[in-house]
Amino acid sequence: MEVRTQDKYTLTFWEKLYIPEILKGMKLTLEQMLKKKDTREYPEEKWVPPPSYRGAPVLVLERNGVERCVACGLCSRVCPALAIEVQAAETEHEKERYPELFEINMLRCIFCGFCEEVCPEEAIVMSPTYEMVFTRYEDAIFGKDKLLMSAEELAPRLEFLRSHR
Amino acid sequence: MDFIDIVIALIKIVVMFAVVLVTVAELVYTERKISAWIQNRIGPNRVGWRGLLQPYADVIKLVLKEDIVPTAANRFIHTLAPIISIGVAFSTLAVIPIAGETISMFGREIQMVIADVNVGVLYVLALTSMGVYGLTLSGWSSNNKYSLLGGLRSSAQMISYELSMGLSVIGVIMITGSLQLTEIVSHQSGWMWNMVLQPVGFITFVVAAFAETNRTPFDLPEAEPELVGGYHTEYSSFKFALFFLAEYANMITASAIIVTLYFGGWQVPYLELLALPTGVVVVLQILAFIVKVAFMLFVFQWVRWTVPRFRYDQLMDLGWKVMLPIALANVIVTGIVILLIQ
Ligand code: SF4
Ligand code: SF4
Repeated sequence: MEVRTQDKYTLTFWEKLYIPEILKGMKLTLEQMLKKKDTREYPEEKWVPPPSYRGAPVLVLERNGVERCVACGLCSRVCPALAIEVQAAETEHEKERYPELFEINMLRCIFCGFCEEVCPEEAIVMSPTYEMVFTRYEDAIFGKDKLLMSAEELAPRLEFLRSHR
Repeated sequence: MDFIDIVIALIKIVVMFAVVLVTVAELVYTERKISAWIQNRIGPNRVGWRGLLQPYADVIKLVLKEDIVPTAANRFIHTLAPIISIGVAFSTLAVIPIAGETISMFGREIQMVIADVNVGVLYVLALTSMGVYGLTLSGWSSNNKYSLLGGLRSSAQMISYELSMGLSVIGVIMITGSLQLTEIVSHQSGWMWNMVLQPVGFITFVVAAFAETNRTPFDLPEAEPELVGGYHTEYSSFKFALFFLAEYANMITASAIIVTLYFGGWQVPYLELLALPTGVVVVLQILAFIVKVAFMLFVFQWVRWTVPRFRYDQLMDLGWKVMLPIALANVIVTGIVILLIQ
Protein backbone atom coordinates (compact mmCIF):
# COMPACT_ATOMS: atom_id res chain seq x y z
CA MET A 1 0.00 0.00 0.00
CA GLU A 2 1.23 3.43 -0.84
CA VAL A 3 1.85 5.55 2.16
CA ARG A 4 1.39 9.24 1.62
CA THR A 5 3.14 11.60 3.92
CA GLN A 6 2.64 15.27 4.35
CA ASP A 7 5.46 17.53 5.33
CA LYS A 8 4.82 19.26 8.59
CA TYR A 9 4.09 22.90 7.93
CA THR A 10 6.63 24.91 9.85
CA LEU A 11 5.63 28.38 10.88
CA THR A 12 7.89 31.25 10.03
CA PHE A 13 9.16 33.54 12.75
CA TRP A 14 6.45 36.14 12.13
CA GLU A 15 3.74 33.52 12.21
CA LYS A 16 5.11 32.15 15.46
CA LEU A 17 4.68 35.55 17.06
CA TYR A 18 0.90 35.06 16.75
CA ILE A 19 0.11 38.73 17.26
CA PRO A 20 0.79 39.92 13.67
CA GLU A 21 -1.26 37.03 12.31
CA ILE A 22 -4.11 37.80 14.68
CA LEU A 23 -3.98 41.45 13.60
CA LYS A 24 -4.24 40.26 9.99
CA GLY A 25 -7.30 38.24 10.89
CA MET A 26 -8.79 41.22 12.66
CA LYS A 27 -8.28 43.34 9.57
CA LEU A 28 -10.18 40.73 7.57
CA THR A 29 -13.09 40.62 10.00
CA LEU A 30 -13.20 44.42 10.10
CA GLU A 31 -13.60 44.43 6.33
CA GLN A 32 -16.40 41.88 6.66
CA MET A 33 -18.11 44.05 9.27
CA LEU A 34 -18.37 46.94 6.83
CA LYS A 35 -19.64 44.84 3.94
CA LYS A 36 -23.21 44.72 2.71
CA LYS A 37 -25.27 42.29 4.77
CA ASP A 38 -26.84 39.20 3.25
CA THR A 39 -29.77 38.93 5.63
CA ARG A 40 -33.26 38.96 4.15
CA GLU A 41 -35.65 40.33 6.75
CA TYR A 42 -38.22 37.64 6.17
CA PRO A 43 -41.74 38.64 7.07
CA GLU A 44 -41.28 42.06 5.47
CA GLU A 45 -39.06 40.98 2.62
CA LYS A 46 -40.47 37.87 1.02
CA TRP A 47 -38.53 35.52 -1.15
CA VAL A 48 -39.98 34.89 -4.60
CA PRO A 49 -39.07 31.34 -5.58
CA PRO A 50 -37.89 30.52 -9.11
CA PRO A 51 -40.19 28.37 -11.29
CA SER A 52 -38.12 25.29 -10.48
CA TYR A 53 -39.14 25.55 -6.82
CA ARG A 54 -41.32 22.77 -5.43
CA GLY A 55 -43.74 24.35 -2.99
CA ALA A 56 -47.14 23.04 -1.93
CA PRO A 57 -48.83 20.86 -4.57
CA VAL A 58 -51.99 22.50 -5.92
CA LEU A 59 -54.72 21.75 -8.47
CA VAL A 60 -54.75 23.79 -11.65
CA LEU A 61 -57.98 25.71 -12.23
CA GLU A 62 -58.84 26.41 -15.86
CA ARG A 63 -60.11 29.77 -16.99
CA ASN A 64 -63.66 28.45 -17.27
CA GLY A 65 -63.68 27.65 -13.59
CA VAL A 66 -63.23 23.90 -13.93
CA GLU A 67 -60.32 21.97 -12.53
CA ARG A 68 -58.16 20.01 -14.95
CA CYS A 69 -58.13 16.91 -12.77
CA VAL A 70 -59.99 13.92 -14.17
CA ALA A 71 -59.79 11.97 -10.92
CA CYS A 72 -57.69 9.16 -12.34
CA GLY A 73 -56.09 8.62 -8.94
CA LEU A 74 -52.55 8.19 -10.28
CA CYS A 75 -51.16 10.90 -8.01
CA SER A 76 -52.73 9.29 -4.99
CA ARG A 77 -51.23 5.99 -6.09
CA VAL A 78 -47.71 7.30 -6.63
CA CYS A 79 -47.49 9.52 -3.58
CA PRO A 80 -44.77 8.00 -1.39
CA ALA A 81 -46.11 9.73 1.68
CA LEU A 82 -49.73 8.66 1.12
CA ALA A 83 -50.76 12.27 1.38
CA ILE A 84 -53.42 12.42 -1.37
CA GLU A 85 -56.98 11.26 -1.18
CA VAL A 86 -59.15 11.36 -4.36
CA GLN A 87 -62.75 10.36 -4.72
CA ALA A 88 -64.10 10.42 -8.26
CA ALA A 89 -67.59 11.27 -9.46
CA GLU A 90 -69.16 11.36 -12.93
CA THR A 91 -69.83 14.63 -14.73
CA GLU A 92 -72.88 15.11 -16.97
CA HIS A 93 -70.65 14.55 -20.02
CA GLU A 94 -70.20 10.94 -20.90
CA LYS A 95 -66.99 9.15 -19.84
CA GLU A 96 -65.83 12.19 -17.93
CA ARG A 97 -65.06 12.28 -14.28
CA TYR A 98 -64.12 14.92 -11.78
CA PRO A 99 -62.78 14.69 -8.24
CA GLU A 100 -65.64 14.96 -5.80
CA LEU A 101 -63.18 15.03 -2.97
CA PHE A 102 -59.52 15.93 -3.31
CA GLU A 103 -57.46 16.26 -0.17
CA ILE A 104 -53.74 16.65 0.39
CA ASN A 105 -52.39 16.35 3.87
CA MET A 106 -49.69 18.99 3.96
CA LEU A 107 -48.13 17.48 7.06
CA ARG A 108 -47.58 14.20 5.23
CA CYS A 109 -46.48 15.70 1.93
CA ILE A 110 -42.74 15.66 1.43
CA PHE A 111 -42.81 17.96 -1.62
CA CYS A 112 -41.21 15.34 -3.85
CA GLY A 113 -43.20 16.35 -6.92
CA PHE A 114 -44.06 12.77 -7.96
CA CYS A 115 -47.75 13.62 -8.21
CA GLU A 116 -46.96 16.41 -10.61
CA GLU A 117 -44.74 14.12 -12.68
CA VAL A 118 -47.26 11.32 -12.93
CA CYS A 119 -50.36 13.37 -13.66
CA PRO A 120 -51.53 12.79 -17.27
CA GLU A 121 -53.51 16.05 -17.38
CA GLU A 122 -50.93 18.40 -15.86
CA ALA A 123 -53.61 19.00 -13.31
CA ILE A 124 -51.56 18.89 -10.12
CA VAL A 125 -48.42 21.04 -10.01
CA MET A 126 -46.02 22.30 -7.41
CA SER A 127 -46.90 25.91 -6.57
CA PRO A 128 -44.44 28.52 -5.28
CA THR A 129 -46.28 28.60 -1.91
CA TYR A 130 -43.95 27.92 0.97
CA GLU A 131 -45.75 29.57 3.87
CA MET A 132 -47.77 26.84 5.52
CA VAL A 133 -48.50 27.28 9.19
CA PHE A 134 -51.13 25.30 11.06
CA THR A 135 -52.19 25.35 14.64
CA ARG A 136 -54.33 22.23 14.42
CA TYR A 137 -53.80 18.94 12.66
CA GLU A 138 -57.10 19.21 10.78
CA ASP A 139 -56.03 22.56 9.31
CA ALA A 140 -53.18 20.81 7.52
CA ILE A 141 -55.52 18.77 5.35
CA PHE A 142 -56.20 20.96 2.33
CA GLY A 143 -59.44 20.32 0.50
CA LYS A 144 -60.36 21.50 -2.98
CA ASP A 145 -61.25 24.95 -1.68
CA LYS A 146 -57.67 25.59 -0.66
CA LEU A 147 -55.99 23.58 -3.39
CA LEU A 148 -57.38 25.19 -6.50
CA MET A 149 -55.10 27.80 -8.04
CA SER A 150 -55.67 29.57 -11.34
CA ALA A 151 -53.61 28.63 -14.38
CA GLU A 152 -52.42 32.23 -14.75
CA GLU A 153 -50.91 32.21 -11.31
CA LEU A 154 -49.16 28.95 -12.07
CA ALA A 155 -48.00 30.02 -15.54
CA PRO A 156 -44.27 30.15 -14.70
CA ARG A 157 -44.33 26.62 -13.28
CA LEU A 158 -46.37 25.24 -16.23
CA GLU A 159 -43.93 26.94 -18.60
CA PHE A 160 -41.03 25.41 -16.72
CA LEU A 161 -42.59 21.96 -16.85
CA ARG A 162 -43.13 22.18 -20.59
CA SER A 163 -39.57 23.29 -21.28
CA HIS A 164 -38.20 20.43 -19.18
CA ARG A 165 -40.39 17.65 -20.43
CA MET B 1 -14.99 58.69 58.08
CA ASP B 2 -18.37 59.93 59.22
CA PHE B 3 -21.93 59.30 58.18
CA ILE B 4 -21.86 61.50 55.06
CA ASP B 5 -18.77 59.77 53.76
CA ILE B 6 -20.52 56.46 54.02
CA VAL B 7 -23.56 57.82 52.19
CA ILE B 8 -21.36 59.19 49.42
CA ALA B 9 -19.59 55.86 49.09
CA LEU B 10 -22.93 54.07 48.96
CA ILE B 11 -24.20 56.40 46.25
CA LYS B 12 -21.07 55.76 44.22
CA ILE B 13 -21.52 52.02 44.63
CA VAL B 14 -25.15 52.12 43.54
CA VAL B 15 -24.32 54.25 40.51
CA MET B 16 -21.47 51.94 39.59
CA PHE B 17 -23.73 48.88 39.91
CA ALA B 18 -26.42 50.42 37.76
CA VAL B 19 -23.99 51.51 35.09
CA VAL B 20 -22.24 48.15 34.98
CA LEU B 21 -25.49 46.18 34.86
CA VAL B 22 -26.81 48.23 31.97
CA THR B 23 -23.46 47.97 30.22
CA VAL B 24 -23.44 44.20 30.66
CA ALA B 25 -26.88 43.97 29.11
CA GLU B 26 -25.88 46.10 26.18
CA LEU B 27 -22.62 44.16 25.84
CA VAL B 28 -24.64 41.04 25.15
CA TYR B 29 -26.37 43.08 22.48
CA THR B 30 -23.14 44.38 20.92
CA GLU B 31 -21.65 40.92 21.11
CA ARG B 32 -24.50 39.58 19.02
CA LYS B 33 -24.38 42.56 16.69
CA ILE B 34 -20.64 42.34 16.12
CA SER B 35 -20.74 38.62 15.54
CA ALA B 36 -23.56 39.19 13.09
CA TRP B 37 -21.69 41.92 11.22
CA ILE B 38 -18.58 39.79 10.95
CA GLN B 39 -20.70 36.99 9.54
CA ASN B 40 -22.44 39.39 7.11
CA ARG B 41 -25.69 39.25 9.03
CA ILE B 42 -27.74 42.03 10.61
CA GLY B 43 -28.15 40.70 14.13
CA PRO B 44 -30.98 41.33 16.58
CA ASN B 45 -33.17 44.23 15.41
CA ARG B 46 -36.70 43.41 16.54
CA VAL B 47 -37.02 44.14 20.26
CA GLY B 48 -36.95 47.85 20.89
CA TRP B 49 -35.25 50.41 18.73
CA ARG B 50 -32.77 48.51 16.53
CA GLY B 51 -33.02 45.59 18.92
CA LEU B 52 -31.55 47.48 21.85
CA LEU B 53 -33.99 45.83 24.26
CA GLN B 54 -33.09 42.31 23.08
CA PRO B 55 -30.85 41.50 26.08
CA TYR B 56 -33.67 42.37 28.50
CA ALA B 57 -35.95 39.96 26.70
CA ASP B 58 -33.19 37.37 26.96
CA VAL B 59 -32.80 37.97 30.68
CA ILE B 60 -36.53 37.67 31.31
CA LYS B 61 -36.58 34.41 29.39
CA LEU B 62 -33.58 33.14 31.34
CA VAL B 63 -34.95 34.04 34.76
CA LEU B 64 -38.33 32.47 34.08
CA LYS B 65 -36.70 29.08 33.44
CA GLU B 66 -36.70 26.33 36.00
CA ASP B 67 -33.71 26.32 38.32
CA ILE B 68 -32.33 22.79 38.23
CA VAL B 69 -29.78 21.56 40.75
CA PRO B 70 -28.50 18.04 40.07
CA THR B 71 -29.23 15.58 42.91
CA ALA B 72 -25.59 14.61 43.14
CA ALA B 73 -24.43 18.20 43.36
CA ASN B 74 -23.21 19.85 46.52
CA ARG B 75 -26.08 22.25 46.97
CA PHE B 76 -24.31 24.84 49.10
CA ILE B 77 -21.24 25.21 46.92
CA HIS B 78 -23.32 24.92 43.77
CA THR B 79 -25.18 28.04 44.87
CA LEU B 80 -22.11 29.78 46.24
CA ALA B 81 -20.00 29.51 43.07
CA PRO B 82 -21.92 31.95 40.85
CA ILE B 83 -22.09 34.40 43.76
CA ILE B 84 -18.32 34.33 44.08
CA SER B 85 -17.93 34.87 40.35
CA ILE B 86 -20.22 37.86 40.22
CA GLY B 87 -18.98 39.34 43.49
CA VAL B 88 -15.39 39.29 42.35
CA ALA B 89 -16.24 40.74 38.97
CA PHE B 90 -17.99 43.70 40.55
CA SER B 91 -15.71 44.45 43.48
CA THR B 92 -12.66 44.91 41.27
CA LEU B 93 -14.23 48.01 39.77
CA ALA B 94 -14.19 49.73 43.17
CA VAL B 95 -10.61 50.91 42.76
CA ILE B 96 -10.81 52.15 39.18
CA PRO B 97 -10.61 55.96 39.02
CA ILE B 98 -12.90 57.38 36.35
CA ALA B 99 -11.87 61.04 36.59
CA GLY B 100 -8.92 62.90 38.01
CA GLU B 101 -10.40 66.11 39.32
CA THR B 102 -12.44 66.12 42.49
CA ILE B 103 -15.89 67.67 42.74
CA SER B 104 -16.69 69.89 45.72
CA MET B 105 -20.08 69.04 47.16
CA PHE B 106 -21.51 69.21 50.71
CA GLY B 107 -18.32 70.98 51.72
CA ARG B 108 -16.03 68.11 50.85
CA GLU B 109 -13.96 66.99 47.93
CA ILE B 110 -15.47 63.94 46.25
CA GLN B 111 -13.06 61.71 44.41
CA MET B 112 -14.21 60.00 41.26
CA VAL B 113 -13.32 56.56 42.56
CA ILE B 114 -15.12 54.39 45.08
CA ALA B 115 -12.05 53.42 47.07
CA ASP B 116 -8.64 54.98 46.47
CA VAL B 117 -6.70 52.07 47.91
CA ASN B 118 -2.96 52.66 48.14
CA VAL B 119 -2.23 49.10 47.00
CA GLY B 120 -4.80 49.24 44.19
CA VAL B 121 -2.83 47.08 41.78
CA LEU B 122 -2.41 44.34 44.36
CA TYR B 123 -6.10 44.52 45.17
CA VAL B 124 -6.96 44.05 41.51
CA LEU B 125 -4.58 41.13 41.07
CA ALA B 126 -5.78 39.48 44.29
CA LEU B 127 -9.43 39.73 43.29
CA THR B 128 -8.94 38.49 39.76
CA SER B 129 -7.27 35.38 41.13
CA MET B 130 -10.25 34.95 43.46
CA GLY B 131 -12.36 34.64 40.33
CA VAL B 132 -10.83 31.20 39.75
CA TYR B 133 -12.70 29.90 42.79
CA GLY B 134 -16.05 30.67 41.25
CA LEU B 135 -15.31 28.59 38.17
CA THR B 136 -13.43 25.79 39.90
CA LEU B 137 -16.03 25.35 42.63
CA SER B 138 -18.90 25.43 40.17
CA GLY B 139 -17.15 22.71 38.16
CA TRP B 140 -16.46 20.58 41.20
CA SER B 141 -19.80 20.98 42.97
CA SER B 142 -21.83 20.07 39.88
CA ASN B 143 -20.58 16.49 40.15
CA ASN B 144 -20.36 16.21 36.38
CA LYS B 145 -17.19 15.17 34.60
CA TYR B 146 -17.45 17.84 31.95
CA SER B 147 -18.01 20.59 34.47
CA LEU B 148 -15.12 19.31 36.53
CA LEU B 149 -12.79 19.32 33.52
CA GLY B 150 -13.94 22.83 32.66
CA GLY B 151 -13.29 23.98 36.19
CA LEU B 152 -9.86 22.35 36.24
CA ARG B 153 -8.93 23.93 32.96
CA SER B 154 -9.96 27.34 34.13
CA SER B 155 -7.90 27.08 37.30
CA ALA B 156 -4.83 25.85 35.41
CA GLN B 157 -5.25 28.55 32.80
CA MET B 158 -5.80 31.37 35.23
CA ILE B 159 -2.88 30.44 37.43
CA SER B 160 -0.57 30.27 34.40
CA TYR B 161 -1.62 33.62 33.06
CA GLU B 162 -1.85 35.32 36.43
CA LEU B 163 1.94 35.09 36.55
CA SER B 164 2.63 36.91 33.31
CA MET B 165 -0.13 39.38 34.17
CA GLY B 166 1.51 40.25 37.46
CA LEU B 167 4.93 40.48 35.86
CA SER B 168 3.68 42.81 33.12
CA VAL B 169 2.18 45.10 35.73
CA ILE B 170 5.54 45.29 37.50
CA GLY B 171 6.86 47.27 34.54
CA VAL B 172 4.13 49.86 35.05
CA ILE B 173 4.72 49.96 38.80
CA MET B 174 8.46 50.49 38.26
CA ILE B 175 7.82 53.48 36.01
CA THR B 176 5.25 55.04 38.32
CA GLY B 177 6.79 54.06 41.62
CA SER B 178 3.38 53.54 43.17
CA LEU B 179 0.76 50.83 43.58
CA GLN B 180 -2.06 53.36 43.77
CA LEU B 181 -4.19 53.35 40.64
CA THR B 182 -5.00 57.09 40.83
CA GLU B 183 -1.26 57.75 41.02
CA ILE B 184 -0.59 55.48 38.02
CA VAL B 185 -3.16 57.36 35.95
CA SER B 186 -1.91 60.81 36.93
CA HIS B 187 1.54 59.72 35.89
CA GLN B 188 0.38 59.12 32.31
CA SER B 189 -0.30 62.75 31.38
CA GLY B 190 -0.22 63.95 27.78
CA TRP B 191 0.76 61.16 25.45
CA MET B 192 3.03 59.46 27.96
CA TRP B 193 0.65 56.57 28.25
CA ASN B 194 2.11 53.38 29.60
CA MET B 195 1.16 51.73 26.34
CA VAL B 196 3.86 53.85 24.68
CA LEU B 197 6.39 53.41 27.45
CA GLN B 198 5.72 49.70 27.94
CA PRO B 199 4.72 48.24 24.55
CA VAL B 200 5.84 44.70 25.36
CA GLY B 201 4.31 44.75 28.80
CA PHE B 202 1.12 46.09 27.24
CA ILE B 203 0.86 43.18 24.82
CA THR B 204 1.56 40.55 27.45
CA PHE B 205 -0.92 42.18 29.81
CA VAL B 206 -3.66 42.30 27.20
CA VAL B 207 -3.09 38.67 26.22
CA ALA B 208 -3.14 37.65 29.88
CA ALA B 209 -6.31 39.68 30.39
CA PHE B 210 -7.97 37.78 27.57
CA ALA B 211 -6.97 34.53 29.26
CA GLU B 212 -8.18 35.76 32.65
CA THR B 213 -11.60 36.65 31.31
CA ASN B 214 -11.94 33.32 29.49
CA ARG B 215 -12.59 35.00 26.19
CA THR B 216 -11.65 33.49 22.86
CA PRO B 217 -8.95 32.46 21.97
CA PHE B 218 -8.66 31.36 25.60
CA ASP B 219 -12.20 30.14 26.24
CA LEU B 220 -11.11 26.56 26.90
CA PRO B 221 -13.05 26.18 30.17
CA GLU B 222 -16.26 26.34 28.19
CA ALA B 223 -15.17 24.69 24.94
CA GLU B 224 -18.56 23.38 23.80
CA PRO B 225 -17.39 20.61 21.43
CA GLU B 226 -15.25 19.00 24.13
CA LEU B 227 -16.90 19.92 27.39
CA VAL B 228 -20.60 20.30 26.56
CA GLY B 229 -20.86 23.68 28.29
CA GLY B 230 -17.82 23.58 30.55
CA TYR B 231 -18.07 24.63 34.18
CA HIS B 232 -21.63 25.89 33.85
CA THR B 233 -23.10 22.78 32.19
CA GLU B 234 -25.22 21.99 35.25
CA TYR B 235 -26.43 25.53 35.79
CA SER B 236 -29.74 26.90 34.69
CA SER B 237 -32.03 29.84 35.18
CA PHE B 238 -30.82 32.61 37.43
CA LYS B 239 -27.57 30.97 38.45
CA PHE B 240 -26.63 30.58 34.82
CA ALA B 241 -27.57 34.19 34.28
CA LEU B 242 -25.18 35.12 37.08
CA PHE B 243 -22.30 33.33 35.35
CA PHE B 244 -23.25 35.01 32.14
CA LEU B 245 -23.33 38.36 33.88
CA ALA B 246 -20.00 37.63 35.56
CA GLU B 247 -18.35 36.85 32.24
CA TYR B 248 -19.36 40.18 30.79
CA ALA B 249 -18.73 42.08 34.00
CA ASN B 250 -15.25 40.55 33.99
CA MET B 251 -14.78 41.86 30.50
CA ILE B 252 -15.70 45.35 31.64
CA THR B 253 -13.36 45.05 34.61
CA ALA B 254 -10.52 43.84 32.42
CA SER B 255 -11.07 46.66 29.95
CA ALA B 256 -11.21 49.20 32.74
CA ILE B 257 -7.96 47.89 34.20
CA ILE B 258 -6.23 47.87 30.82
CA VAL B 259 -7.38 51.44 30.24
CA THR B 260 -6.25 52.52 33.70
CA LEU B 261 -2.87 50.88 33.51
CA TYR B 262 -1.95 51.40 29.87
CA PHE B 263 -4.30 53.84 28.12
CA GLY B 264 -3.91 56.63 30.62
CA GLY B 265 -7.25 56.07 32.35
CA TRP B 266 -9.25 59.32 32.31
CA GLN B 267 -6.41 61.34 30.78
CA VAL B 268 -7.35 63.53 27.86
CA PRO B 269 -4.06 64.62 26.26
CA TYR B 270 -3.32 68.35 26.65
CA LEU B 271 -6.69 69.11 28.22
CA GLU B 272 -5.03 71.20 30.94
CA LEU B 273 -3.84 73.72 28.29
CA LEU B 274 -7.45 74.78 27.65
CA ALA B 275 -8.00 75.87 31.28
CA LEU B 276 -11.63 74.75 31.43
CA PRO B 277 -13.78 74.93 34.60
CA THR B 278 -13.51 71.88 36.86
CA GLY B 279 -17.02 70.62 36.14
CA VAL B 280 -16.40 70.45 32.40
CA VAL B 281 -13.03 68.81 32.95
CA VAL B 282 -14.59 66.10 35.10
CA VAL B 283 -17.25 65.38 32.49
CA LEU B 284 -14.65 65.26 29.73
CA GLN B 285 -12.45 62.97 31.75
CA ILE B 286 -15.32 60.60 32.50
CA LEU B 287 -16.22 60.64 28.80
CA ALA B 288 -12.63 59.89 27.83
CA PHE B 289 -12.59 56.98 30.24
CA ILE B 290 -15.87 55.63 28.87
CA VAL B 291 -14.72 55.95 25.27
CA LYS B 292 -11.47 54.15 26.01
CA VAL B 293 -13.24 51.34 27.87
CA ALA B 294 -15.80 51.04 25.08
CA PHE B 295 -12.98 50.74 22.57
CA MET B 296 -11.33 47.99 24.62
CA LEU B 297 -14.65 46.17 24.91
CA PHE B 298 -15.06 46.37 21.16
CA VAL B 299 -11.58 44.89 20.72
CA PHE B 300 -12.47 42.06 23.12
CA GLN B 301 -15.50 41.16 21.04
CA TRP B 302 -13.79 41.73 17.75
CA VAL B 303 -11.04 39.29 18.68
CA ARG B 304 -13.60 36.83 19.96
CA TRP B 305 -15.22 36.52 16.53
CA THR B 306 -11.92 36.54 14.65
CA VAL B 307 -9.64 33.92 16.13
CA PRO B 308 -10.33 30.26 16.83
CA ARG B 309 -9.74 28.65 20.19
CA PHE B 310 -6.29 27.43 21.24
CA ARG B 311 -5.56 23.77 21.82
CA TYR B 312 -4.88 23.05 25.47
CA ASP B 313 -1.18 22.25 25.06
CA GLN B 314 -0.74 25.36 22.92
CA LEU B 315 -2.36 27.39 25.65
CA MET B 316 0.03 26.09 28.28
CA ASP B 317 3.01 26.45 25.93
CA LEU B 318 2.11 30.05 25.25
CA GLY B 319 1.58 30.81 28.91
CA TRP B 320 4.73 29.28 30.32
CA LYS B 321 7.24 29.22 27.45
CA VAL B 322 6.42 32.48 25.69
CA MET B 323 4.50 34.90 27.89
CA LEU B 324 6.40 34.31 31.11
CA PRO B 325 9.91 34.81 29.63
CA ILE B 326 8.77 37.87 27.70
CA ALA B 327 7.17 39.41 30.77
CA LEU B 328 10.28 38.66 32.82
CA ALA B 329 12.57 40.14 30.16
CA ASN B 330 10.33 43.20 30.08
CA VAL B 331 10.80 43.72 33.81
CA ILE B 332 14.58 43.42 33.49
CA VAL B 333 14.82 45.74 30.50
CA THR B 334 12.58 48.31 32.19
CA GLY B 335 14.78 48.15 35.27
CA ILE B 336 17.95 48.68 33.26
CA VAL B 337 16.47 51.59 31.30
CA ILE B 338 15.25 53.30 34.47
CA LEU B 339 18.71 52.88 36.03
CA LEU B 340 20.39 54.36 32.95
CA ILE B 341 18.07 57.37 32.87
CA GLN B 342 18.56 58.22 36.54
S1 SF4 C 1 -45.40 16.15 -3.66
FE1 SF4 C 1 -44.96 13.99 -3.28
S2 SF4 C 1 -45.58 13.71 -1.18
FE2 SF4 C 1 -46.52 15.60 -1.81
S3 SF4 C 1 -48.52 15.03 -2.50
FE3 SF4 C 1 -47.20 14.98 -4.30
S4 SF4 C 1 -46.50 12.89 -4.46
FE4 SF4 C 1 -47.34 13.14 -2.41
S1 SF4 D 1 -53.05 12.34 -11.41
FE1 SF4 D 1 -53.78 14.33 -12.07
S2 SF4 D 1 -55.73 13.85 -13.09
FE2 SF4 D 1 -55.18 12.05 -11.91
S3 SF4 D 1 -56.24 12.33 -9.98
FE3 SF4 D 1 -54.20 13.16 -9.71
S4 SF4 D 1 -54.43 15.32 -10.20
FE4 SF4 D 1 -56.25 14.29 -10.97
